[in-house]
Amino acid sequence: MTGTEDILLCAAAWRKAGKGVALATVVSTWGSSPRPVGSQLAVDDRGDFVGSVSGGCIEGAVIKEALDAIETGRPRLLDFGVTNEQAWEVGLACGGKVQVFVERIE
Amino acid sequence: MIRAVLDDLISARAAGTPVALATHLETGTQALVFADRSGGELDLDADTVAAARKAMVSDRGATVDTPAGRVFVHPFCPPARLIVVGAVHIAEPLVRIGALAGYGVTLVDPRRAFASRRPFEGFSVVDDWPDDALERLAPDPRTAVVTLTHDPKLDDAALGVALRSPAFYIGSLGSRKTHAARLHRLRKLGFADEDLARVHGPVGLDIGALSPAEIAVSIIAEITRTRRRAAVG
Repeated sequence: MTGTEDILLCAAAWRKAGKGVALATVVSTWGSSPRPVGSQLAVDDRGDFVGSVSGGCIEGAVIKEALDAIETGRPRLLDFGVTNEQAWEVGLACGGKVQVFVERIE
Repeated sequence: MIRAVLDDLISARAAGTPVALATHLETGTQALVFADRSGGELDLDADTVAAARKAMVSDRGATVDTPAGRVFVHPFCPPARLIVVGAVHIAEPLVRIGALAGYGVTLVDPRRAFASRRPFEGFSVVDDWPDDALERLAPDPRTAVVTLTHDPKLDDAALGVALRSPAFYIGSLGSRKTHAARLHRLRKLGFADEDLARVHGPVGLDIGALSPAEIAVSIIAEITRTRRRAAVG
């Protein structure tokens, strides 16, 4: 679980600076997935982020949901996998599946 | 996540205290589980607390199906440790790659002239004799120990303590011949063959490494394989 510390510190620093912040965490994986359970990504209200929850395949979609979570305060559990023709856009090219929990830092 | 939870997580990490965050995956309510206590907005049953404590040992997060719904337990443990004995040339890339791989790195060398060199600036350096240093650092099941000095006085002192510890990895730099001589000396000190089988030597995966950086890569690769394949913390 490397690098998590910096992500939490960064999230706390952003929050202290008055920014809206959300935290995304990989909570389960199936098959080959690039980042292990516990990997985290912090996002601020401008879409700047630190950390990762995949090899870059799903970050865009996660950030979009994170921005919505910052606005509404509603936590959410996101499922990603290769499920349809759109796989290359919002799925994992490696064929794995991941579940990502997104929450606002209050 | 409420700010108090984030702040508690950050201060537990700063203090080196193992902790797990339990999150209800529908409501987002949370609780923190420590080795000796737990608490927060989310009420946890005994099974979930036990799962969180298990995750703190294995260093792996898990989802738990509880009567109240799915809960993710996320351990935040202090980094696994890498103790490097010998501030020699190979130690320069080894401490760096070890740190990049996420280890809390400590360099041990009683020879001030070696350990105080510029490449080791910013790293934790202990200049006690290796057996004293290792006794004090107390390798645990999340600690790797690598000796690099080639000097039996220093390497053997460290290996003696490492072999009596539950360190998950023990490696010692040296050729097959050097390693055979080392095992012979350790055997004379009373270590049995099954103890000595714990010492990886020649150290590192056989990838044909030549340069110090390549040897460091092979050592970190072997440590990684030992840790991840064996699923120790």
